[in-house]
Amino acid sequence: MSLELHDGPLHVEEITNRWFNEMRDKNYGAYIPFIGIVRDEDGISGLSFDIYEPILNSWFDTWQKKAQKEGAYLLMAHSKGDVPNHTSSYISAVVSPQRKVALKFINDFVEDFKASAPIWKYDLVDGRRVYAKSRSTALKGAGLLK
Amino acid sequence: MIKVEFLGPLNREPIEVDIESLSDLKEMFKDDKELQEWLEICAVAVNDALVCSLDTKVKDGDKISLLPPVCGG
Repeated sequence: MSLELHDGPLHVEEITNRWFNEMRDKNYGAYIPFIGIVRDEDGISGLSFDIYEPILNSWFDTWQKKAQKEGAYLLMAHSKGDVPNHTSSYISAVVSPQRKVALKFINDFVEDFKASAPIWKYDLVDGRRVYAKSRSTALKGAGLLK
Repeated sequence: MIKVEFLGPLNREPIEVDIESLSDLKEMFKDDKELQEWLEICAVAVNDALVCSLDTKVKDGDKISLLPPVCGG
């Protein structure tokens, strides 16, 4: 399990340097990080996040097991609460013996993260949180109780 | 009793209900107009596992979670 949640924006240099130093002597040949940066658009001052940790943990654990089958290992950090423009709310990385496995894995992992991880995003507009409904994806089985 | 929690932007306090299946919960919510709009797009978890059947049974001490559409990152 290498999933960490932080209050507010991520300290990118600390996290990515720490991960690199933890992984450098494990004999992985490739370390592929993805760092998400909050963009200044549509008049927002930043983003804000709610996370449901029990399901996030089990979702991440399933992916970590998939990675292990490929000889790879996943790392992920995400923000809770408010994250200003031009800072980071999300970092993930994959290490693996070979570059091609790591490149494919980071893409598949981030795609499923967007569609399945129980995290809710809000735009920060005039100091208020506005749920980013139009940018959100319904989870599997949605509408069961309608 | 069974706890029902409303996650993320649903922004409601949890409630406790006495039901036997998710069908009972659907029936209980049918007159809640505000919630109906959300129910169309919410997924449902029982004890932190997503479920896809209204026949899913629940028992005393279980937890039901309603999960609106997500967008991490």
